[in-house]
Order: sequence, then structure tokens, then C-alpha cells
Amino acid sequence: MSAPDDVRIAATSPSLTLVAEALDAYFGASRVVRDVSFDVRAGDVTAIIGPSGCGKSTLLRCLNRMHETVPGARVEGEVRFEGRDIYARAVSAIGVRRHIGMVFQRPTPFPTMSIRDNVAAGLKVLPRGDRPSRRDTDDVVEHALQRAALWEEVKDRLHGSAIALSGGQQQRLCIARALATSPSVILLDEPTASLDPISTQRVEELVYELKREVTIIIVTHNMQQAARISDRTAFMLSGELIEVGATNVMFTAPRDSRTEAYITGRFG
Amino acid sequence: MTAAAQGTARRDAATRSYRELIARSTARTLARRRVMARVMIGSTYLAAIVATLPLILIVWHLLERGASSLNWNFFTHMPAPSGEAGGGMANAIVGTGMILLIASVVGLPIGIASGLYLAEQRGARLATAVRFLSDVLNGLPSILLGIFAWQLLVRPFKHFSALAGGMALAAMTIPLVARTTEEMIRLVPVSMREAALALGYTKWRTSLSVVLRTALPGIVTGALVAVARIAGETAPLLFTAFGNQFWSVSPFQPIAALPTQIYNYAISPFDDWHSQAWAGALILIGLVLVISLAARFVTRNRFGLAAD
Repeated sequence: MSAPDDVRIAATSPSLTLVAEALDAYFGASRVVRDVSFDVRAGDVTAIIGPSGCGKSTLLRCLNRMHETVPGARVEGEVRFEGRDIYARAVSAIGVRRHIGMVFQRPTPFPTMSIRDNVAAGLKVLPRGDRPSRRDTDDVVEHALQRAALWEEVKDRLHGSAIALSGGQQQRLCIARALATSPSVILLDEPTASLDPISTQRVEELVYELKREVTIIIVTHNMQQAARISDRTAFMLSGELIEVGATNVMFTAPRDSRTEAYITGRFG
Repeated sequence: MTAAAQGTARRDAATRSYRELIARSTARTLARRRVMARVMIGSTYLAAIVATLPLILIVWHLLERGASSLNWNFFTHMPAPSGEAGGGMANAIVGTGMILLIASVVGLPIGIASGLYLAEQRGARLATAVRFLSDVLNGLPSILLGIFAWQLLVRPFKHFSALAGGMALAAMTIPLVARTTEEMIRLVPVSMREAALALGYTKWRTSLSVVLRTALPGIVTGALVAVARIAGETAPLLFTAFGNQFWSVSPFQPIAALPTQIYNYAISPFDDWHSQAWAGALILIGLVLVISLAARFVTRNRFGLAAD
């Protein structure tokens, strides 16, 4: 098997985009994700909830091979993206990350680039054949900004500084940046944690709009947010996946007593 | 009064006098603290003024002594024998420029690249060793670097050269720039790196396209500060560039430089040469000032690292 820079997809299970199996994540000797297995259906919004420090962000970062960028960190187990294990020896992490986008908790626009260049940043590293021409890049940027509900606000200042935008706008810019490369899965790591309520609402509406085209996995410490926007919810505690299921079932009739305790606010 | 009432009255009196005692002692403490605060703040102001005093005195002195010798001739004419009017330091000014150019062209790229390596491979054994050696080199007396350049570039070729002078100064620039570059790169938040990695950037592309670009204003400042620092170094030039009374722009010949020319004139027995030395010193400090201002200009807040 050659090692292509992208993961060429041959979907064996078209409805299951991402499948994690017996996933363990370590920081040095410390095991922070313990034997997690779950699957994510295409087009779903899946929320991962749990108390602080339960490993939900780490789990998310395992899904696009970002966990291993931390010195001393390692992952064991399998994560199958559209049928292929992303941790297989022949698969390059760079290729995986181009197909599975990520948005972080704090907005991180590149300060030395304009708004347009920020959105196009992911396009610059695509392999030669997939890289769009200059004119096409402008179209891709516009399309991505429209999907991120930011186009109207920035269309007159595409060459302005990205850091002059407000926090909520910057986060939508980061979402646009992640969308520009047309990934089939986007991972959101507490994307509204540092935003005001209005911006939070905007981003949630965005998630609802996007889910038709992109599979979304969102980590959130805000249970109400999970209840509002997700189709399926996974509850984690101390590194273990306690329960996963349809959101309305999880929040009304959870199977596990610990899930119930967390959801009713008895701890967390 | 009943016994109980008497007891209560005694207790109230005791409480009142205790409270007065506390209030008085608090007032005293507060007054003492206020005085101490004023004394400390005053001392820090005084220390700041004393710290800037040498610079002010030097500039004042130089202006007083050197301004009179500054004229058009100074910048355009060659050194003249004592007694002859119209001499200048044109060759020294150009010579300093040339030596700084050589030192920058050699020292800055190597220094910045080393700094990038040190920041990226922070824990590696080689990085730790390089960092330690850089710090040692930074503390080395500059005359030793001159001797090193003499041994390598003057002795085998049997003559002094601007190149040797430039290389000695480059050897001074490299550890300086490496450390400031490393510090500036480490200031770039990890979140920015992660954002680039999550887009599919390779580790080195992240370092060059994102991190280095973000840290660039700080790196340029560090480079300019290093150049300002080496502009005034005399000891390494004494037996490498050596000095030249005549016009020369060849890197393979000895060349005049402001610091060495000032030194030669200052130890001479001639008064008019002394005035020229003052003027030369004034030019030198002007050069350092211009470079420092350029460094401040570069880091003015436009793009680059902005606060949240």
C-alpha cells in the first residue's frame, strides 16, 4: 500500500462516517481516554458531553490525529474514517487532517494574513492537483464565508486584517477556514465557550445549517447546547464513554445512573 | 446599678478603649505605610534618572565637543594629516557600513535559522547544547572573537581585511540573534500552531509560514538591536580590519571603520584630530540611535501579535 497524502475514500459503510474502536489516548504514562468505541453517522450532529477533565477534548483530537502533536502523547486503537483506519502505518496524518477539519475553543485567525488569505489558508497546502486557481480560490472563499454566515459582514473588507474582527466573527472566520477545503467531517471543540450569547446563537444556527452537508462532532460543556443542536449525544466520565444514544432519549430517559446524575446537575 | 448592669458597662468600656487602641495603631500603621510607599516610589524614580544619566551626559558631551567639527567635509573627505584643514572620515563611515553589511549578511541568516531550530526542537539534546554555547559566546569578551578571526582569516593570508573584521562581528551577531529569535518564536501561542496543523500544514510549513511570519516584527527588532550593538565594537576590529588611511572598498584589504578611526585619533597627540574623534563618536552614536529607532518603528502595532 502506497502512502498517499490524502485518504482516498472507498466507502464500505456509507452511512457510518467515523468509527472509533477501543481507542486509548495517553499523555506519557497517563491514560486519559479509556477503551472508547462509538460510531458517527454521516450528516449527524454528535455532541460529546461530560464534566471538566473527562477526556472529551482529547477524544475529539484523536479523531483527526491532532492528539499526537503534543510531545509525549500517543494513541492506541482504531479510528476508521469512511472505512479506512486513519492510524494505519501507511496513512499520513497530514492527509487525514485535510479531510477532517477542526475548530478550536478560542478563535485563532492568523494575524499576519487578511480575511481572504485566512480562509484560503487551508487551500494552499492541498496537493498540486487539488489546489484551485486564483480565481477559483476567490469563489471558494466566498462560498465558505457564506456557509459560515460571515460573508455579508466582511465582503467589503476581504483584504483587511483578520484580527480586527470581533470574537464571534473571528470564530466564524475559523469555521469558514475549516469549511474551505470541503471536509466531510468537522470537529468543533467547545466552539462557543469564549463567545457572547448572541454569537453563540449564531454559531449554533450555523451548525444546524451545515449539518446537511457536513458531519459534525461537537464537544461542549454546555448541556443545553448539546440538547439544542445535536442528533446524538455521547457522555464521557473519567476517560470512559458511559453512554451514547439519540439526544432526546439521553436527556429524557438515560440508561446509566451516572448519565442521569450528570444531566440532572448532581455533579459536573 | 445591678451587678449584671455593672458587668455590661465594664465590658462596653473595655470594648470602646480596645477599639480606640486598634484605631490609633491602625492610623499609625497606615501613615507609616503611606510614607514608605512614597519613599519607595521616589527611590525608583531616582534610580531611573540615575540610569539614564550616563547616556544623557555622553550625548551632551559629544554634542558639545563634536558638533563643531561636523561639516560637509567630514562626510566626504579622506583623513588629512594634522594641521591640514578639511579632513574627514568618509572612508571610516563607508568602512563601517561595509563591515556591518558583511556581518549582517553572514550573521543574521545563521542566527535566525539557529533561533528557529532552538525554538522548534526545544528539548532536544543538541538544542540544549547549542543554547548553552550561545549563552557562553554572548558573554565572551569581544577581543577574543577578534583573535579568533585573526587566527583564521588574517594569519593564513598574511594581511588584514574587511572580511576578517566582518566575520568577527558576525560571530558576535549569531548567538545574540539566535537567542532573541528563539524568544520571539516561543511567544507565538501554541493555539496558532495547532490551527495550522489542523488545516493539514506540515510541521515545518507551520513553522515557516505561520509562526515565523507572526514573530517577524520581533525577530527584525532583535536583528536591528544586534546590528546596533556590533556597530560600536572596536576590539574585534583592531587586528582584523585594522584600519586604513586611504579609500578602500575591497573586502580583501584592510579597511577603516569608525570605532578604530576614533581610537587612533583619540590617542594621537594632535588637537585637531581630537576634535575629529569627537565628531566621529557623535556620528557613531547617531548611527546606533537611527538603528534603534528603526527597530521601534518595525514593532509598531499594525498586524503582528495583537492582544486579545
